[in-house]
Amino acid sequence: MKLSRILTFLFFLAFFLKAYAKEVFIEPGPNAQEKLQEAMILMETGDTLVIKSGVYVLEDSLSLDVDKVIVRGEGMDKTILDFHDQKSGAQGLLVTSDAVTLKDFAILNAKGDALKVIGAKGISMIGLKTEWTGGPKSTNGAYGFYPVESENVLIDKCVAIGASDAGIYVGQSKNIIVRNSIAQYNVAGIEIENSYYADVYGNLASHNTAGILIFDLPDLPQQGGHHVRVFDNESIDNDTDNFAPEGNIVGEVPRGSGIIVMANSDVEIFSNVISGNGTVNLSIVSYGDDTEDSNYYPHPKRIQVHGNSFGPSGFNPDLGTGDLAKVLFEVSDGEMTDIFWDGVVPFSQMFFGQPENERLVVNEDNGTDFLAIKPIKYLLGFSAPINKDLHQFKGIINPLPPVQIEPF
Amino acid sequence: MKILFLFVFLVISTNVYAVNEESILADSFPDKLSDFGFFLDNNAQTPHEKVLPYELISSLFSDYSYKQRWLYVPQNKFARYVEDQVFEFPVGSALIKTFYYPIDERDQSQGKQLLETRVLLNKSGGWKAVSYVWNTEQNEAVKKIAGKSINVNWIDFEGELKEVRYRVPNVNQCKECHALADEIIPIGPKARNINKDIDFTEGRYNQLAYWMQKEIISEVPNNLISPVDWSDNSKHIDDRARSYLDINCGHCHSPLGNANSTGLYLHLNETRNTQLGMYKKPVATGRGSGGLKYSIVPGSADKSILVHRMESMDPGVMMPESGRSLTHKEAVQMVRDWIDDMANSRRY
Repeated sequence: MKLSRILTFLFFLAFFLKAYAKEVFIEPGPNAQEKLQEAMILMETGDTLVIKSGVYVLEDSLSLDVDKVIVRGEGMDKTILDFHDQKSGAQGLLVTSDAVTLKDFAILNAKGDALKVIGAKGISMIGLKTEWTGGPKSTNGAYGFYPVESENVLIDKCVAIGASDAGIYVGQSKNIIVRNSIAQYNVAGIEIENSYYADVYGNLASHNTAGILIFDLPDLPQQGGHHVRVFDNESIDNDTDNFAPEGNIVGEVPRGSGIIVMANSDVEIFSNVISGNGTVNLSIVSYGDDTEDSNYYPHPKRIQVHGNSFGPSGFNPDLGTGDLAKVLFEVSDGEMTDIFWDGVVPFSQMFFGQPENERLVVNEDNGTDFLAIKPIKYLLGFSAPINKDLHQFKGIINPLPPVQIEPF
Repeated sequence: MKILFLFVFLVISTNVYAVNEESILADSFPDKLSDFGFFLDNNAQTPHEKVLPYELISSLFSDYSYKQRWLYVPQNKFARYVEDQVFEFPVGSALIKTFYYPIDERDQSQGKQLLETRVLLNKSGGWKAVSYVWNTEQNEAVKKIAGKSINVNWIDFEGELKEVRYRVPNVNQCKECHALADEIIPIGPKARNINKDIDFTEGRYNQLAYWMQKEIISEVPNNLISPVDWSDNSKHIDDRARSYLDINCGHCHSPLGNANSTGLYLHLNETRNTQLGMYKKPVATGRGSGGLKYSIVPGSADKSILVHRMESMDPGVMMPESGRSLTHKEAVQMVRDWIDDMANSRRY
């Protein structure tokens, strides 16, 4: 009796809330900028803003700071927010509130980032497109999708094209799913940086400089990136010259990189198709620059690689960008491999290798080309300081649990 | 007779011209600036006697616009001093700031063009910010939730005609700068920022002393370390540069500010060189880096991203992200000198 009464109450509560949730419609026309921005400010929790089909040419960035709302267009090829004439604002759309759903529209040619989300607890980006339509250029904005310092982040069925840093970039965040999306002609297709608990699956990353990056960097409020699963993706034919402005970490990434893991722990890479990457299909590396950050751990650990399908790799190495390709080319005498581990470990592990519970495990077909550098030999200038014996890296896979994001 | 006059004056000033506290506390913002009753004369910007003018030692650059600031604190309530932070103002307080350009900077008697008056209101649920845009008659300002662009021109000190596409911020943009841990707070009125003499109707006084006397605050620390006026050549360039960066950048670039994810902290209290930008690599800067490798390269302003972004007028590159469309040439030169000469600096 008591339970049914509660259920009845909840039913009426839901009905009541629904009845008061408004739908607001915006159509293209004069003053679209002001109308859109005003609607985004005046909407209230529970409301939906529908941006009707059409091209909206916007001069100033838009921003949303209302919790628990939906902003949707009528399709990523129908509702177009075009910022080619942008005069102010560092991004196309900025979201700073919680539990926001963005759906079915496109953000084109923003002067800075296309879609930035700061500090959101709950953000779903579904069926969106960010694009710089003039092709890959260093004058394009840095990021297409850029959630940062956020929790419960979903990026689903999105398209990111032409970003001069990363098409889809999740930074300093927690509980993340990036799936079923397409990233093309960016410097980095998809990048998970300084983040915890991310599942990246079912995506296509092609014709970027690098397909998928799992990075951790020093001197930031959140670091120690860990627990990232990358599976069922295609990272193929990443063949665009690096067009990132110098100074940025992705500017060091060589053209033709499939997947790179840098300085993260607990990363599982499985069931991907990694192919057609002219430098190397998969790299696992330490952070290579000096840092005075004593809280920062620059080496990858507990990386598990298994059951991937590797296609052609290393046929056109980009020796002019960063050190990765150059080093691999040098130690392999030009025989580039499918998988490369730079072998850099803390000093204490140099002689006896990684501890058993931290070691790199690679369970791949015996035909997979693999190369790891033996750091002691490399540092002392021995010839052939390398290990190409994949058997030594086989081991038991301890699958990471799937990432859960809380619904809102 | 004199007493009667005073009595009448008091009745008028308290009843007829009282500041409308209800409009400060209300859930929504009133449509017109005059609804607050902050000014006795809108056009002349003559404040109500309970609305006190104040000035900051160094202030945020806003496209060379001029600013006048006022403070209202409800009667019999005090603002509480908090070290390194803005005063904790009581609920019902208001901070009011009018932005304007003189018609001709060489001759202020030619008058001014009022653009907007921003208000920060301390309601029971926290601070709220909104701007009121002045009408063409310049006798009333009207609420603008979604912001506005105003094309303005004025004649500068050199006699040159200047033009700017001035942006009135929307309420979200107010929050972008005024957010600390996601709550809106004022930026300027920290004890250290107002520790200077200004002219009041009664004469020239230190603002902290004046606020004590007016019973707006009840205590002032005696060991206050204040920023300097960045434009004051007699001060040490370290202090000038850090003071400028503090008030122009430090509200976002601080551990709880909106730009904390960058790891670049420019508020006055930061002492770590990397966090201050020395040989600090950009993180999510994109083309903002301008092809440069570090935020600050001591000894080379030309190689410092910080200078590049202060100089830029490209919305995808410039810093601050909003609130300016022109370059603050004089300040950029000062920051350039600071960085170029950093090798000889006493601190870095």
